[in-house]
Amino acid sequence: MFSFCSDPSQLDRFYWLSCYLTTGKHMGFYFSFGTVLLLLAITAPTALAFGFFGATAARSNTAPLRWLGKGYISVVRGVPDIAFFLFFIIALDQGAEYLRHKVKCSQWDQPIRQGNDFIVCDAAKMPLGSAPQWMHESYGFTLAVLTFAIVFGAFAANVLFGAMRAVPRAQIETAEAYGMTRKQSFWRIIVPQMWVYALPGLSNLWMVLIKATPLLFLLGVEDIVYWARELGGTKTPRFTDYPHGDWRVWYFLFLLVFYLAFTKVSEVFLERLMTRLTHGQATTGGEAQRKVA
Amino acid sequence: MKNFILTTTALTLVASMAFADSHAKTIRMGTEGAYAPYNFINDAGEVDGFERELGDELCVRAELTCEWVTNEWDSIIPNLVSGNYDTIIAGMSITDERDEVIDFTQNYTQPDPSAYLALSMDVDVTGGVIAAQTGTIQASHIASTGATLVEFATPEETVAAVRNGEADAVLADKTFLTPFTEEDASLMLIEQEEMLGGGIGMGLRESDGELKGKFDMAIQSMKDDGSLNALIEKWKIGETF
Repeated sequence: MFSFCSDPSQLDRFYWLSCYLTTGKHMGFYFSFGTVLLLLAITAPTALAFGFFGATAARSNTAPLRWLGKGYISVVRGVPDIAFFLFFIIALDQGAEYLRHKVKCSQWDQPIRQGNDFIVCDAAKMPLGSAPQWMHESYGFTLAVLTFAIVFGAFAANVLFGAMRAVPRAQIETAEAYGMTRKQSFWRIIVPQMWVYALPGLSNLWMVLIKATPLLFLLGVEDIVYWARELGGTKTPRFTDYPHGDWRVWYFLFLLVFYLAFTKVSEVFLERLMTRLTHGQATTGGEAQRKVA
Repeated sequence: MKNFILTTTALTLVASMAFADSHAKTIRMGTEGAYAPYNFINDAGEVDGFERELGDELCVRAELTCEWVTNEWDSIIPNLVSGNYDTIIAGMSITDERDEVIDFTQNYTQPDPSAYLALSMDVDVTGGVIAAQTGTIQASHIASTGATLVEFATPEETVAAVRNGEADAVLADKTFLTPFTEEDASLMLIEQEEMLGGGIGMGLRESDGELKGKFDMAIQSMKDDGSLNALIEKWKIGETF
């Protein structure tokens, strides 16, 4: 990166480090922080949307819809995350390819499953075999977001389901007395008021989600833990200009600090959000705020 | 004469472009990127090593467009058969068990002896604690001896386990272990070695016979003109052909 980096073995410590920390490999490491943050930024709202639909479905009056919502919540919550991650990434991918195969290659006469192999025609590949690497990577990333959203959406659904029931019955009775329909009272009374009950559960989920991002590597996305392990490993002089011993502990320490700082910032933010949501609510928190004011 | 040369060059160019067109599919080469000198991630963050050079040359000879992908060793075979990439070129020894699930090209290295890396020469390899990477021929070999096997997901961790005393020795390809002894005087290879596997080959889906044929021919042509031996010597990958 810098002009003095041409022969790192001759450099003294400071310059060596500045060269070392700006290799292409380290750039990949820094880039992966962006990947993780982007994943969180997309996954959190998506999971919340999944959760909202799950919760509304679970309290629906239509039986099949209710079964679907309840089924989603209990099945996904009951299975270990890691099993789901491994399952979804293959199932989603193969499912999509299977559907595309059926549509695009109707004249195909060979079986899709041949022994261990899963074979679809070239045109049905997701993404296409000729697609550039970044398409493959964004496809993997999208699958990862979807998988995270499905898994965390189920937990969010359960939290929201509980929050919707926690809204005081008197509020809904009043709405009914004013002649609001079920739909109106849901959107105007329940939804605006449920967040204060949902937030503690949702903030928990957010924390767990932050910490779950290393699962990304299971899904083929090179995340920060992968790079930390790769960069920290012993490097012998034959294969690098920057030989060093086992530095994994330093890289992992850095990750530890990163995650701690990130969760701390989240906590502060969530605390503020809670104060705002509590404002004017018929809860002990809201009552305490009223007294202070 | 000059015109003649120009025309032929132009013709071959057009022909090769037409040929390349019919092979627009990119072959994705799956590797681990953590097993120097076979494959590793270099300072620039790209796949490098013996297999990188070999693979690139094979693709040129087979007239294929290739692209490199890294994948954890653990799931490298499942991801091949489900079609996430088209070949495995990751220092994978040809064994009967693997051959039941995937197909191999002919071997492009001689069977490399597996060696034990330890902190002292008097390690008990049949009764001690021996580290190996999960899902390798070395791991299954240790499981068949009396030694206690400890498995790790990456090659790096197996060596680290010997350094910090968690394991008495690590069993891996000699080519992989040798650079560690050169760098760190406290690590050494004990005399006993094991001959495992039938050399390293490229792994392909069983249904991909056509691609296998292309790579087989390319490997054969590199064996015939000696360029494979040159690569083996350059990267110090055991015996030549």
